[in-house]
Amino acid sequence: MLKTGARKSGGRALMGRLVYVLALLSVAISLLSLVVILGDALADGLPYLTWRFVTSFPSRFPTRAGILPALIGSVWLVLLTALFSFPLGVGAAIYLEEYAPKNRVTEFIQVNIANLAGVPSIVYGLLGLGLFVDALALGRSVLAGALTMTLLILPVIIMASREALRSVPKLYREGAFALGATRWEVTRQIVLPEALPGILTGTIISLSRAIGEAAPMIAIAALVYVTFVPLSPLDRFTVLPIQIYNWVNLPRAEFRNLAAAGIILLLAVLVAMNSVAIAIRYRHQRKAV
Amino acid sequence: MKGVKGRADARRVEGLIEKALFASAALSVFTTLAILGVLVFEAYGFFSQVSIVEFLTGTQWTPLFTPQHFGVLPLVAGTFLVTVIGVGVAVPVGLGAAVFLSEYAPENARRAIKPVLEILAGIPTVVYGYFALTFVTPLLQRVFPEMIVFNALSAGLTMGIMIIPMVSSLSEDAMLSVPKSLREGAYALGAQKHEVVTQIVVPSALSGIVSSIILAISRAIGETMIVSIAAGSTPRLTLNPLESIQTMTGYITQISLGETPFGSLEYTTIFSVGLTLFVMVLAVNLVGNYVTRRFWRSY
Repeated sequence: MLKTGARKSGGRALMGRLVYVLALLSVAISLLSLVVILGDALADGLPYLTWRFVTSFPSRFPTRAGILPALIGSVWLVLLTALFSFPLGVGAAIYLEEYAPKNRVTEFIQVNIANLAGVPSIVYGLLGLGLFVDALALGRSVLAGALTMTLLILPVIIMASREALRSVPKLYREGAFALGATRWEVTRQIVLPEALPGILTGTIISLSRAIGEAAPMIAIAALVYVTFVPLSPLDRFTVLPIQIYNWVNLPRAEFRNLAAAGIILLLAVLVAMNSVAIAIRYRHQRKAV
Repeated sequence: MKGVKGRADARRVEGLIEKALFASAALSVFTTLAILGVLVFEAYGFFSQVSIVEFLTGTQWTPLFTPQHFGVLPLVAGTFLVTVIGVGVAVPVGLGAAVFLSEYAPENARRAIKPVLEILAGIPTVVYGYFALTFVTPLLQRVFPEMIVFNALSAGLTMGIMIIPMVSSLSEDAMLSVPKSLREGAYALGAQKHEVVTQIVVPSALSGIVSSIILAISRAIGETMIVSIAAGSTPRLTLNPLESIQTMTGYITQISLGETPFGSLEYTTIFSVGLTLFVMVLAVNLVGNYVTRRFWRSY
């Protein structure tokens, strides 16, 4: 039974107000936090975000310090990660959606992927350190970093790609099978082209997560002061979030401002990548209508 | 038309492709095994020199000083403290936001606000760390003038903001899936809006709400950058949020960037701490899976 009868209507109205105000306040707090977080970094860093900052190497002198090695390192990292994670993630998604029989092995793989998505990123850093850096002797290289990042974002790419594949109507597949196409022909010529925008959107969003991840890359790269640009996948590297972290940790206020400038650059990269993802989704939706 | 040989070739290619696709899917199983393998293997080296009882029950963590102590409890306490603060912020605010979006907001407002809230979840954690140290801490120091720069409270509060969208998004989905007929039944009995919310919608969506909270806990335990930047690096068995502490994740970052030589006993501590962290998060996630499966009500 609803516990309403005994209360006076004035009290009920007040309670109704209170619930509404608390709920509204929660949304307001969340939105305000977002504004303050972004505004704080913009206010601190914008004056320091110069062309010289973007194209210079780090320095002990804040007026000369720049973020170039970290920027190039992040570009290396995201390109290699994309190269590895896209085929593996899409392949796994195709297997689970188009090929997998409904049995225990399939279910085990699915539960596994869901659990991997919940493993803290720093643990992936330890995995990469033990497996790629040490056991496979890749050293603290961009390659080791990209392989680690690949394992980290694979669950997300797989889940997004599966969703995209699932949204392709069954009818399309059945039509192609009826014409005598094999399973791979159906997948490659009918299902994949249809699901590609969704897959690309999911992949780009996962990669933008990879760009922002600091913790696992700290375990792999472990470099504080980088004054060179990686020229091959086996070179040592640093990335934007690590460089930002280093500057935040330095006691002088000028370096904090450089950290803020780095944050703006990082956020700009993320906004650009997400805009591409949104544009792909939007174009696809218009085409579908 | 393809000849007989061509068709046999095609069939072989089909088989190879299927095997390759299966291998990509099975990579996830390999990843899980590799995580366990690396952590257990490296932690084994550590536990051959330090007793597991000392590790699990010791109240001092000083691997870098003499005398060395390897009791993990101060790091666990640090993680616990920050997690409690973070979840303490994220659960009420996230639930409030979910109630507003699913029950009060008009459809167009809901559609506008939801993606904006999810931006919070997409901001890199190092940005939150910067925010905690340069904005939240100075603000808190006005309230608690004796508080030092690195403290659990600032890191915990900021982490709370970060995990709001996890709670709000999943809880809102759960609330939206409560059927209209339940709400209408309550209205027909004379209930008012807030009574429908607190006595019908929230209890009916409870399993989704609880899983969102468990997800938030798991995320808070594993969060690394905010605590590395803002919570300090002083392993301490305390529940005082105004003190400088260190979490398990913060310790791993500190050693990773430090001068500790690879392969030394001090270095292997990060794997024993990592294993502890992994087991704790796994336990929380398993409870989450259980709750979701056991109490999930589909309407």
